[in-house]
Amino acid sequence: MAELKVTDVTVVYDDKTIIEDVSLELHEGELVSLLGASGGGKTTLFNVISGLQEPENGTVALNGEDITGHPGHVSYMLQKDLLLPYRTIEDNVALPLLIKGEKKETAREKARAHFTEFGLEGTEKKYPHQLSGGMRQRAALLRTYMFSNEIALLDEPFSSLDTMTKSEMHRWYLDVMDKIKMSTLFITHDIDEAILLSDRIYLLTGAPGKITEEIVIEEPKPRKPDFNLTEEFMNYKKKILSLL
Amino acid sequence: MKRKSQNTTSKVWPTLAICILLAVWQFVSGTGIVAKYLLPSPIDVIKAFVSEFPILMENAKVTLLEAFVGLGVGILVGFVIAVIMDRFDRLYQAFYPLIVLTQTIPTVAIAPLLVLWFGYEMLPKVILIVLTTFFPITVSLLNGFRAADKDTMNLMRSMGASKMQIFWYVKFPESLEQFFSSLRISASYAVIGAVISEWLGGYHGLGVYMTRVKKSFSFDKMFAVIFLISAISLLLMWGVDVLQKKCMPWKEKK
Repeated sequence: MAELKVTDVTVVYDDKTIIEDVSLELHEGELVSLLGASGGGKTTLFNVISGLQEPENGTVALNGEDITGHPGHVSYMLQKDLLLPYRTIEDNVALPLLIKGEKKETAREKARAHFTEFGLEGTEKKYPHQLSGGMRQRAALLRTYMFSNEIALLDEPFSSLDTMTKSEMHRWYLDVMDKIKMSTLFITHDIDEAILLSDRIYLLTGAPGKITEEIVIEEPKPRKPDFNLTEEFMNYKKKILSLL
Repeated sequence: MKRKSQNTTSKVWPTLAICILLAVWQFVSGTGIVAKYLLPSPIDVIKAFVSEFPILMENAKVTLLEAFVGLGVGILVGFVIAVIMDRFDRLYQAFYPLIVLTQTIPTVAIAPLLVLWFGYEMLPKVILIVLTTFFPITVSLLNGFRAADKDTMNLMRSMGASKMQIFWYVKFPESLEQFFSSLRISASYAVIGAVISEWLGGYHGLGVYMTRVKKSFSFDKMFAVIFLISAISLLLMWGVDVLQKKCMPWKEKK
């Protein structure tokens, strides 16, 4: 049972409160989006959850265990794929396992086992610069998954891609998520993306950033790619726009 | 196809320039416009090179050995200093100016002192080479370590990587490119450093040979040894290139 619980987190930076009393929950197998304008403290919140930054106040708990300020429990993925240019894709993906102290060959083997599932077959021996932006993001997501198949934090993972690649990635993402059922906290400033992918959406607004609303997207999963053309979708979008 | 033809033309021009230069040199010296004892002709130089070949090789062996040992130790010292300075910022602040200062000392000035302190054998030569080669290595590695991407290192930390692991997986490979370009410089410094220190005191080596032929005004042999030293430096630089390609396979597939 993977459950992430963030309670009353406040972060102050240079005497300025970035986020205030943020609480949220992520349940097993859920995809929850954190929607808000750029610079609203979403990434700060991720740094706190991943343990890279200590909050002024509040706690982060994974499966009931307090992990505030302890990195190494939840991994994240950024807009930049951050694949190491000097390692092949399989070695990049195997990196989290190597860090945990696994042998090179076992780590590689475990990584290779997921390549087909993630639509990455044939790229094992390639270097990141030989792949397209979309493929690199796939590899980055697989690396996140190799680190922990329980919880992933994704910080605007698709926002640097062009519109066509982006919608292709959305289809791919829904497909992969249906197979691997990873609990995911997803940062985005793209309302359509949030509605299309999420089970629930938290709105993070204002300065300092606070969670002002929680919206449940009732549409069952797996979602059809044309969900974003339906009336329900439009209704969600109207609601969110009125709240922002 | 087009690329290949461009590549051949790019080699034609420098070759032609060198040929013209040699022809002019041969003409000037061969016809006596400049006296032969002042400027031997290219053909004289080649003849001298052939006749002196065994002696040149014997001396080259000594010089190369010094250069290699000095360069090897220089790399090691440069690496250790760079790693320590990268790890401890205080040490970086304290010693970086001092290291820069060591580079302002003229090699020719310090070499006789080293001979005085350490004798005529290999040790003073190696020390001199270490002093001239470690600096480019240290600076390039430090720059490489410090240029490592902050987001990548944060990501590694979020995965629970230790400082050691971040070093080996991110910082070290990040610095390789700069390391090799400085190694190319250091390799030629090493040969030149060896020759200079042999000038100033020693029993064997190309530098010693050079002073000897200079004193006997055999300028043809002088030119022969100069070209040999250039050739050795070029060969070493080429060796560094080959090594770099071996060590950085990801650059190849671009």
